[in-house]
Amino acid sequence: MTIQFNDETFRDDYTFRNSQWAIDRFPFPFHEDSYMYSVNMEQHQGGPAGSVFEKRFDVDEHYVSEMKDRALVLAEDPLRCQCLPHMTLAGWDLLELIMVSKSEDYPDLFELHREGNNWHWINKPLGIDHKFVFLDETTLPYGPMEYITRQSQGDFAVLDQRDDNLWMDAGMVTTQADWSLDFDIGMNFFEWHAPVPKANEMGIFVRALKFLLNIQQGTPARRLNWTMTVNPLLDTSPENYHKWGVQKTTLTPENIGTKQHLRVELQTFFRLPRSNALVFPIRCYLISLQDLVTVPKWGRRLHRVIRDLPVELATYKGFIDNRPMIVDYLSQFDDGLPTSDGIWPDKNTEPPLQT
Amino acid sequence: MSKFEFPESINSRPVWGTLEPRPGKSHLMIADAEGAEALLELAKADDRLMSKSTILYFPKGTGETYLEDLENLGAAQLYVGPSYSAAVARLRRILQDAHMGLQIYLSGTESLMGQAMREAADAGIPHSAIQTEHRGSVARRMQCVHCKGITDDVMTDPFVCSHCGLNLFVRDHYSRRIAAYQGVCVDAENPGNVPEPVELYS
Amino acid sequence: MSAGTNKIAVTVSEVVEVNELVKRFRFVRSDGGLLPTFSGGAHTVVEMHDGEIQRLNPYSLMSDPMDQTAYTISVRRDDVGRGGSLFMHTQVKPGDQMVISYPVNLFSLDLRARKHLMIAGGIGITPFLAQIKQLTATNGRFELHYACRSPALGSYVDELCDHHPNNVHIYYDEQKQSIDLEHLLDGQPLGTHIYVCGPKGMIDWVRGKAEALGWPREAVHYEEFLAPQSGKPFEVKLAVSNKVIRVGEHQSLLEAIEAAGVDAPYLCRGGACGQCETDVIGYDGKFLHYDHWLEDDQKASGKKIMPCVSRFEGKTLVLDR
Repeated sequence: MTIQFNDETFRDDYTFRNSQWAIDRFPFPFHEDSYMYSVNMEQHQGGPAGSVFEKRFDVDEHYVSEMKDRALVLAEDPLRCQCLPHMTLAGWDLLELIMVSKSEDYPDLFELHREGNNWHWINKPLGIDHKFVFLDETTLPYGPMEYITRQSQGDFAVLDQRDDNLWMDAGMVTTQADWSLDFDIGMNFFEWHAPVPKANEMGIFVRALKFLLNIQQGTPARRLNWTMTVNPLLDTSPENYHKWGVQKTTLTPENIGTKQHLRVELQTFFRLPRSNALVFPIRCYLISLQDLVTVPKWGRRLHRVIRDLPVELATYKGFIDNRPMIVDYLSQFDDGLPTSDGIWPDKNTEPPLQT
Repeated sequence: MSKFEFPESINSRPVWGTLEPRPGKSHLMIADAEGAEALLELAKADDRLMSKSTILYFPKGTGETYLEDLENLGAAQLYVGPSYSAAVARLRRILQDAHMGLQIYLSGTESLMGQAMREAADAGIPHSAIQTEHRGSVARRMQCVHCKGITDDVMTDPFVCSHCGLNLFVRDHYSRRIAAYQGVCVDAENPGNVPEPVELYS
Repeated sequence: MSAGTNKIAVTVSEVVEVNELVKRFRFVRSDGGLLPTFSGGAHTVVEMHDGEIQRLNPYSLMSDPMDQTAYTISVRRDDVGRGGSLFMHTQVKPGDQMVISYPVNLFSLDLRARKHLMIAGGIGITPFLAQIKQLTATNGRFELHYACRSPALGSYVDELCDHHPNNVHIYYDEQKQSIDLEHLLDGQPLGTHIYVCGPKGMIDWVRGKAEALGWPREAVHYEEFLAPQSGKPFEVKLAVSNKVIRVGEHQSLLEAIEAAGVDAPYLCRGGACGQCETDVIGYDGKFLHYDHWLEDDQKASGKKIMPCVSRFEGKTLVLDR
């Protein structure tokens, strides 16, 4: 299909909207009516046609506007994209992975022509037509990681692997759930996850690291993570927290359906061949509660998950103060009926809301 | 009493150790204030160490207290300077000429150890191979996550960023690369509502 | 799906006798496509179907990591081993179809290093051949010290010396030449990393000397693939799949598990990576732990075994597979 790209904003007047197509394919993160941390990894080798899991790097209707928002963030704060010197080769690996994947998966939108190291890249949605020499930084306007991630939705953490650990040594981070690349760059897997409550004691990170260290070329993996965001604000950064934090206090029972968004991260993991580094794309999907509850199963389930979430997690995810209002709102869409297993909307089999 | 037992914390918070002699052809020791005590104990543990050692020492508020004892250690080189920042170029020059096998010992405040560790790591020594021992003040070197400015010797939580003036709370999240803890706006969701500052670890 | 690695169908395009002990094999993709690039130090697992027996042996990739047209490996003939290298030497011919794994790197360069100091013994030269090509392409600084038995058995000595006359140093045992390690490790600039690949004795020697000279553990890298040892046959019960299997004299426990059609994870098949670690449910007998993954207390506990290289002697062994 040809994607119609939205012209929309993720700040100020917040004109971001999901089409019916985007709502139907939203990556709802809860496979049952409750939530606790787990190492919920699976192979990233495609998925149902049309789903966000189908392609290696999902491109959707928000692509062009998200890339504009990224450019705005970087103009204000260039430290959101950093690459320690030894990670340049990994940057080229990432550029190749994304260009090859997108040109194969979306041939109508992206083209890559290669003759030896002379590469020709065409990105039609963004109007880019560029010839450059692979592995020669001087032929690109930015470093290879920055160049390609200015053209790819989602954040990218590029991890060096050494001493049986992963090190966050490069990244492009402008759509983050409140963590700072500038502060965390250079940290190992346990250090950058240190602020996450409970998961450490549960042994989650030891198991997750073991899994990630063994991801090999040709066998990428994925998982979903989530939080809540007031307004469709992509850039919920610690850097700007003193500016956006106050937006959390603007929720009212009247506006909560349109203002409160579920924020879902599709996290994928690919081994990079030349550098032996691991890239960790973190793709952010936003949906307003009002749109989400149009899927009866999701309305029922989200109410139950948010209501029963342990206090530490609601605090860490930053919505403890707003939880009562969110639960109140969602309770209208939970009639107590059982829900089907799995994350899919099951619109044809799940009953409509009983009123 | 120059020793302090830090409460257990998250994985990114540095855990300081106790200096012990290690094999190596040369040794570099960097200390401030009460950190001198850890070097004196280290010298006692192995009396052959000092003849292969360079010491950089910054007395800060302790004045002359430890100078005579340090001079009596017989280090190959003892430099006493007014501040760490004044000695950074000297430290970099020393590291430039150094070879693998060099042992590094840091003692004193978290600020001093953090900054010296960053230099040594940048020069190619794995941070986990650098020995540390905390002594003296528990004040913290803080980075404002908003303006990126560093405020040193922070003793209260919250505190005021010395660059942008925001009221920041003190996190245990620590960056080796910045050699500082993270300070985050305390009244972002409730502007003007700043809790009364309390002394750290009180 | 086993092991977390994809497989590639390849055709043997060339077999070259490097010297009387070593043969070099060149693989191209059977479907005519390009092979994945890789990082210097990576290995591939080669599947060998030798009559009834299936063997999976890891070999370091020695070709240019950027060259996607072919992979090359070198195999040293081991006349008293379990037969994998003999199979490669005597059975594999140009035109043969084989299956290899995607590259896996358990011996990668630390790209932060100011200088890479490589120490190789014998056939341990192979991962360095790829690493040197990678470093040459990216202007990395390296120095190679390569010990081999004699000029006649010095695989790739001429090529290395021709291409890198200032960076390569050769030592022939037969001529009583040896690496002056103490002198070599003394005076290396900060940020130097050591890489050693060769016999166990050499690895232990380098690691011990580096530690004594105050080198950080993180700056010393080594790769030692153990070949699985032959031993007395033994029986094993696989509890999860409810099967009793027999491990033959020249078969590894992992190979016997695979031969029984039971899925078991692996990466290095040489006792190093930890991927095949298996829980022991019960036993009556003695473990022969040959891996260097398990800690000594784990080996003594009788609760874990690395089936890629370790064996068992006794009455019963029950595994969680």
